[in-house]
Amino acid sequence: MPGRPRPRHRPPDLRPALAVNVRRIALVGQPNSGKSTLFNALVGWRAVASNFPGTTVEVLRGRANLAGRPAEVVDLPGIYSLAAQDPAERVARDFLLGEQVDLIVNVVDASLLSRSLSLTLELAELGIPMVVCLNMADEAEHKGIRIEREKLAELLGVPAVATVAARGVGLPELLAALPEAKVPRPPRYSADLERALAAVEALLPQISGLGGLPPRHAAARLFSSEPLPEGTPAAVREEVARIREDLARCRGEDPALVLVDERHALAARLFREVARVEHARVGWRERLDDLLMHPLLAYPILALVLFLLFWLTFRVGSALEGLLSPALEGLSSAAARALGEGLLAQALAGALDGIWAGLAIALPYLLPFYLLLALLEDVGYLPRIGFLLDGLMHRLGLHGKSVIPFLLGYGCSVPAVLATRILEEERDRYVTAALAVLVPCAARTVVVFGLVGRFLGPAPALALYLGNILVIALAGRLLRRFLPGLGPGLILEIPPYRVPGVCTTLGKVWLRLREFLKVAWPILIGSSAVLALVEALGWEGGLNQAARFLTWPLGLPPESGIPLAFGVLRKELALIMLIQAFRTSDLGSVLTAGQMLVFTVFTMFYMPCLATLAALRRELGWRRALLVLLGTTGLALLLGLLARAVAVLV
Amino acid sequence: MSIDFCWRPLDALPPGQPGRVMAIGGGRGLALRLRSLGIRPGAVVRTVAQGPWRGPVLLEVDGCRVALGRGIARRIFVQPLP
Ligand SMILES: Nc1nc2c(ncn2[C@@H]2O[C@H](COP(=O)(O)OP(=O)(O)O)[C@@H](O)[C@H]2O)c(=O)[nH]1
Repeated sequence: MPGRPRPRHRPPDLRPALAVNVRRIALVGQPNSGKSTLFNALVGWRAVASNFPGTTVEVLRGRANLAGRPAEVVDLPGIYSLAAQDPAERVARDFLLGEQVDLIVNVVDASLLSRSLSLTLELAELGIPMVVCLNMADEAEHKGIRIEREKLAELLGVPAVATVAARGVGLPELLAALPEAKVPRPPRYSADLERALAAVEALLPQISGLGGLPPRHAAARLFSSEPLPEGTPAAVREEVARIREDLARCRGEDPALVLVDERHALAARLFREVARVEHARVGWRERLDDLLMHPLLAYPILALVLFLLFWLTFRVGSALEGLLSPALEGLSSAAARALGEGLLAQALAGALDGIWAGLAIALPYLLPFYLLLALLEDVGYLPRIGFLLDGLMHRLGLHGKSVIPFLLGYGCSVPAVLATRILEEERDRYVTAALAVLVPCAARTVVVFGLVGRFLGPAPALALYLGNILVIALAGRLLRRFLPGLGPGLILEIPPYRVPGVCTTLGKVWLRLREFLKVAWPILIGSSAVLALVEALGWEGGLNQAARFLTWPLGLPPESGIPLAFGVLRKELALIMLIQAFRTSDLGSVLTAGQMLVFTVFTMFYMPCLATLAALRRELGWRRALLVLLGTTGLALLLGLLARAVAVLV
Repeated sequence: MSIDFCWRPLDALPPGQPGRVMAIGGGRGLALRLRSLGIRPGAVVRTVAQGPWRGPVLLEVDGCRVALGRGIARRIFVQPLP
């Protein structure tokens, strides 16, 4: 991650000295193998560790001091193979082959050793020095898997070290093994496959664009039917096609699958040679699914968990807010007094207001919400929510995995949009992001409860939330019309239940909060300054007049124009500005119940705030971000008019 | 390839009963993705739970759990084992 602050904690003692001058160390392994945990232990607790497969599509970089010599440690996204089937695999493969990687630490979940060795063998074809880190040694023991490390090391030709990254066990041994890293022995396939691979390898010099790739790996890639680069001579093309067809005919199977299956067979044999499976212990973690995934009980439990998630957030949030807001208000008025009059001073006071506003949202509501969500994720319940709601999400033209961005959206839309990366298909990411921004974030919750909740009662506020879910469902159905082609379906590894590590969980909360602080906070601050300037210059009248095209059809008073305009900068500003515009906090005396309803509904759905727009642009590109903007605003207008009609009728 | 009578789609395997994967329909991409999770011809799988409303199937394979959408589960043919 760019701009990562320097680690505050010193990494553990990294002696003894490295023999080779290691510059860049890449951690490669399957999702949930404990890579992030190991990475954090190496570079100081600085990155997020995730229990949800594929959360780290990003490449995390950190600096470690290896015996006085600086080295860069890189945490690559979790992958099952180098086949480049999804964005994570492409990122990891391109990094390993494109950047100068001096050493691979293959992080293996030892409790899933037989499955994990396929990737190890694939990595062995890259010709990069490697160390195998048998992580989750405790889990392996729990499952009764005994691994002869020396034998594995000997057969692979690289050092193998057992670790329990979550508790720091084995880290010194791992560091001591780094200088012993060797180029692994590449796997040997059956004679016919070897012959075919060698024949393709012989053709490589005539194929441009593959230069610099390890020959065995390049040949394997061409086998997996990767298109040959442009400008490959036709004769070579035909020759490669012929070799593949010959093999396909002999084996009666797609050559890509032949290769994968052979690698798996080799991995299985390796596993049998180095590991023994004894009696596995069956504990609460294995039995928990019988209850939590029970056909009848699963859904009541899920409803209870979600209810507790929101209820606890609100209880903790309002308590924290009660403590925090007097202090922040005092600070804000003190600052305004100290700065005095003048345009610049007012702009500065506005910027300071933005700083407080950010804190007032982030601390009381986002912190407890993301903490609880991270706990659910690390315990292993979050992927199971994805499983339980998959059928329901299909009705919206989405998979169960999309539940995660939706849930995050109740905190802040920025992390929600960024979290769409866990989805493999581009179309699914688009639809999920477009719908997730409709979920009322903490700032919009301020408006819902501050206006409808306070003046009309909690029941209408709750009804708005349920209505919101209904609207999202309908919008999802509609989008399914326009954007058909749902990916093949849910494929999601469900990790075992785990007792979460404190550092892992806190690290994740910090990352989500940092997304808010980094993307949303600066925009909050800047827009508050602009707002203060507009007030100081006395431009409100003109702006309100300009916004009449919106406020008139919605039946809102002209004064609500500016609050709506500035709600684009910060959604909760819509309410704060409304209070300022009417110079009273008793909005019940200046707005009718219908107007409050319309205002709230419109604020809930109309264009996402600037920070969210920035996140959308980053994930989807300009064009799609603009489409989301137009779509949501159109939807808000429609629903606002509907709310007006309802209010008139009732 | 003729399909044996005993084969049935994975979503028709009753929860708790193990089965051996015999064939996987669909394209190469799907086959590769499933293989990376240990679902390949010859592998022994067991259904742990099935989501309602044509929801996904929760499988146990190779000692770990995988959720598969119903559409995918229907393309995987298994032979029930005793
Ligand atoms: N029991 C056990 N848990 C571990 C170990 N290493 C990591 N974990 C936990 O496994 C989960 C997944 O680890 P993570 O680092 O996010 O895996 P990644 O997806 O490969 O980055 C986290 O909840 C960790 O706390 C270990 O050696 N033993």
